Amino acid sequence: MYGFEAMTFNIHGGYLEAIVRGHRAGLLTAADYNNLCQCETLDDIKMHLSATEYGPYLQNEPSPLHTTTIVEKCTLKLVDEYKHMLCQATEPLSTFLEYITYGHMIDNVVLIVTGTLHERDVQELLEKCHPLGMFDSIATLAVAQNMRELYRLVLVDTPLAPYFSECITSEDLDDMNIEIMRNTLYKAYLEDFYKFCQKLGGATAEIMSDLLAFEADRRAVNITINSIGTELTRDDRRKLYSNFGLLYPYGHEELAVCEDIDQVVRAVMEKYPPYQSIFSKLSYGESQMLDKAFYEEEVKRLCLAFEQQFHYGVFFAYMRLREQEIRNLMWISECVAQNQKSRVHDSVVFIF
Amino acid sequence: MGDVRGGCCPPMDLFRSEPMQLVQLIIPIESAHLTVAYLGDLGILQFKDLNSEKSPFQRTYAAQIKKCGEMARKMRFFKEQMVKAGFSPSTKSEARGDIDVDDLEVKLGELEAELIEMNANGEKLQRSYNELVEYKLVLQKAGEFFASAQHSAVAQQREMESRQMGEESIETPLLQDQETTIDLSKQVKLGFITGLVPREKSMAFERILFRATRGNVLLKQVPVEDPVTDPVSGEKMEKNVFVVFYSGERAKNKILKICEAFGANRYPFAEDLGKQALMITEVSGRITELKTTIDAGSYHRDNLLRTIGDQFEQWNLKVKKEKSIYHTLNMLSLDVTKKCLVAEGWSPVFATKQVQESLQRAAFDSNSQVGAIFQVLSTRESPPTYFRTNKFTSAFQEIVDAYGVAKYQEANPGVYTIITFPFLFAVMFGDWGHGICLLLATLFFIVREKKLSSQKLGDITEMTFGGRYVIMMMALFSIYTGLIYNEFFSVPFELFGRSAYACRDLTCRDASTVGLIKVRETYPFGVDPAWHGTRSELPFLNSLKMKMSILLGVAQMNLGIILSYFNATFFGSSLNVWFQFIPQMIFLNSLFGYLSLLIIVKWCTGSQADLYHVMIYMFLSPTDELGENQLFPGQKTVQLVLLLLALVSVPWMLLPRPFLLKKQHENQHQGQSYTPLESTDDTLHSEANNDSHGHGHEEFEFSEVFVHQLIHTIEFVLGAVSNTASYLRLWALSLAHSELSVVFYEKVLLLAWGFNNIIILIVGIIIFIFATVGVLLVMETLSAFLHALRLHWVEFQNKFYEGDGYKFYPFSFALLGDEDD
Repeated sequence: MYGFEAMTFNIHGGYLEAIVRGHRAGLLTAADYNNLCQCETLDDIKMHLSATEYGPYLQNEPSPLHTTTIVEKCTLKLVDEYKHMLCQATEPLSTFLEYITYGHMIDNVVLIVTGTLHERDVQELLEKCHPLGMFDSIATLAVAQNMRELYRLVLVDTPLAPYFSECITSEDLDDMNIEIMRNTLYKAYLEDFYKFCQKLGGATAEIMSDLLAFEADRRAVNITINSIGTELTRDDRRKLYSNFGLLYPYGHEELAVCEDIDQVVRAVMEKYPPYQSIFSKLSYGESQMLDKAFYEEEVKRLCLAFEQQFHYGVFFAYMRLREQEIRNLMWISECVAQNQKSRVHDSVVFIF
Repeated sequence: MGDVRGGCCPPMDLFRSEPMQLVQLIIPIESAHLTVAYLGDLGILQFKDLNSEKSPFQRTYAAQIKKCGEMARKMRFFKEQMVKAGFSPSTKSEARGDIDVDDLEVKLGELEAELIEMNANGEKLQRSYNELVEYKLVLQKAGEFFASAQHSAVAQQREMESRQMGEESIETPLLQDQETTIDLSKQVKLGFITGLVPREKSMAFERILFRATRGNVLLKQVPVEDPVTDPVSGEKMEKNVFVVFYSGERAKNKILKICEAFGANRYPFAEDLGKQALMITEVSGRITELKTTIDAGSYHRDNLLRTIGDQFEQWNLKVKKEKSIYHTLNMLSLDVTKKCLVAEGWSPVFATKQVQESLQRAAFDSNSQVGAIFQVLSTRESPPTYFRTNKFTSAFQEIVDAYGVAKYQEANPGVYTIITFPFLFAVMFGDWGHGICLLLATLFFIVREKKLSSQKLGDITEMTFGGRYVIMMMALFSIYTGLIYNEFFSVPFELFGRSAYACRDLTCRDASTVGLIKVRETYPFGVDPAWHGTRSELPFLNSLKMKMSILLGVAQMNLGIILSYFNATFFGSSLNVWFQFIPQMIFLNSLFGYLSLLIIVKWCTGSQADLYHVMIYMFLSPTDELGENQLFPGQKTVQLVLLLLALVSVPWMLLPRPFLLKKQHENQHQGQSYTPLESTDDTLHSEANNDSHGHGHEEFEFSEVFVHQLIHTIEFVLGAVSNTASYLRLWALSLAHSELSVVFYEKVLLLAWGFNNIIILIVGIIIFIFATVGVLLVMETLSAFLHALRLHWVEFQNKFYEGDGYKFYPFSFALLGDEDD
């Protein structure tokens, strides 16, 4: 069907594409960030945001503001927009939109399970969950003692159930297990999402495969870096990489044996031209800046998704961009609140 | 620049926009607030933002704006609380003197704190009240269940005893176990938990319970009929009372966790019947106790809200005013000495005195030692466009503004629109019956004007109400054209005397004009009723309306071109007069003006000449003899001359203007390069001044100007033909309207009448009324309105209207209310 979306896309997707492009135009601009970075107090930030699309969500907050309130309200706006789009969507766009939230669902599951492991209050944990990844019985996760129970009790009803087939063990949950579970789930989710997009075909497949491949590769690198020096075996590590992306399969083989961040990972990644630019920006020993570099690259790619019409990638891209923007706002507010304004630019990823 | 007004005409506000001036105010800082407040009351000055490079929170009065925002938030909070409690803020504004802003802020803060505390207390009480209500429900429902279970168990035991056999089956109630195991103390005692769970979650709840305990659980659920208020969220929801029986401590822990996860509230429950009864009475007692407390609390709260409500509007207005004052103050630039603020803004020339007066008043009232300084600046910047309209003219001006706001001081088509717009509408809507209906509808709005303007209306009603005077004019004119067309719901009337025609003998029938002879003087006004229903009615009316449309169109386009002459003389551009206005006039009139002349001559002389033929062969073979199509002697020569004139006027329009403009520009440029030598200081100074008010000279690009002129010429030449043809829509819509009303009248009303059956007649009348109102009065009005709009925007206004100005938005408190949410 490639090339013929233009004829039929607007029947079902036209309205929502217009909506999402309108939302995209509401993202904060360079001037906004400039002004935000000059704010002295959180009230200044509120005042500035009240002139943007966040205005109606923040205007009724009483004055001593907290960073969490700002972030919460901004997320609420994103969730409202998402829900509105989901209500209007028809198949297969609605499934596509639901896929976007599965990542948050995985994070929430992991958050709750880890939290209960450390004996935190369930209500407190629920408040920390991302609202996009909520499902009905999420609170019940606290009951489970091991993976099998987790699956049988709760997750079998959620869309995450098929992803679990890889990690059903009767072992008791511990931090390591949970982290492995998160990555296994994520791997299965990304592969499933990738497959789904390929099934949709056309420009959606083209653009989403690029975006998802980047996501998969980033996760592969992160897994490698995080697992260096842990008891995770090479084979186990190899199992956590998603089976697609630019690095698949040869890059994965090399990453699986890496033992040092600077030399080895860099050596592996520099063989792949698209990632060369990321690593060439970092000098040796600056691995902590890697996250930001990856985010910047991601934002660039997400923005490019808007250059093409008649595909679903814009929805994914918009959600991601908005999340990035909220992360930026959180960082700025945090810096302003703690009087660390010199560090504002450390972690803000500009979206233009 | 304002006093160049055309000397010949008396000053009329609508012909051109108000002359404006850029004024500079230097206000001492101590009286700034009061000055801006007075200017806001006056509402005649548009402030320019002098700090546009500063972000909102870097400006001088950011803190005050924040304070106002905080107060506005409190006001919103009060409003929300009032709406929740079912009050509406009273509109009667008790003038309780002016309140100081600082006092107001303190007061609002106190009230908010009080209200929040009351709410918190009320919520706490409400929560325990809701909990008790839930508890009572659990006691009742679970009690019933236990009682019935015990009853059946006892019955079954009796049965068993009578059978003397201890056979167990799956159907044996679980409680029986309990009952029977009491004496066999080896068995584990079953525990149970009672509570309430939201109904939509009950299925999942049951499923999870089953899974978590591997089926070793018994769950009983009873739906509660009425929605219950959840103590935690305070929302009404449907709930089920449940009882879970389990065995073992581990299961209990799991179930407790699951209950917590599902938001199921648990309540203790006693097995003993006596205790249950005791509990129920106790709970009921506490419920009534709490109820009185809550009632007292909410009475207090209502009282507080009512006192707030009395002054709400006044406070709200005050807060809004304050906020807008500080916003305006933020647009002023602070003087270097920090002792005064400098404001720049546009104001109409006529308001100079009023502005100065309020400046003086403010200086006096604020006991300032220095008054504000008022001075007029000269600038090259284009001033905003401001028309002083009243409630009658504003809607017409809106019609023009919707296309584009007039350039500063250019001829305003709004004046002519007041008459031409309703008139063109009426040409398409000619039926005096429908006109009267429309008039009555709009009179309803006009009579209730005062009442309606103060309240919020729906979207469509609002629009209709806004255009009530337009609709009134449209209705009046359609009564007039309806009389000319002689149509009243498509029925002709002999209002102005009797028809001029009568049958010569008995052979002539209704449906033909053959055999009619003129017996009287011509019918004095409008179309003779004898035409109605005859076979030649359509050809006759078509010819009439078509020609009339062309006459009207040519007249209106000529008016447009004449207005371009007034624009050219007003802005002192003789180039536009000689090389735009005159050739345009010649071109249009030598072709279509001539056609109009022919039409009038044909009407007057009753000639049989074919005008299409005349016009077409005027171009194809201008030298041929006209033959029978000749209307007047010497017509051929006239046509030749006109054709030549039209041909000449095209290059006349196209070529000279760009070349002359180029020459003009070169001359200016030359002159300019010499001037700086004479007085360097002066020009430097003036240049510095000019810098802030926009640059004087743009680059002159000859090719651009030429292409522009080319486009303009082509557009005009082709437009002359297509625009004239476009005016034929007047005829087309008028035809459609009259035919539709004939169809509804004859095929619905007369047909129904013909059946001689009262029911069919009533149905017929109902259909007729709905069709008339729905199709003819609403849809046709809309379509005729749109076509009239198009004729004005495109065919009329493209002859002269630039429409690239910007509107005058004065800083005014009167406009504050409009931007409310």
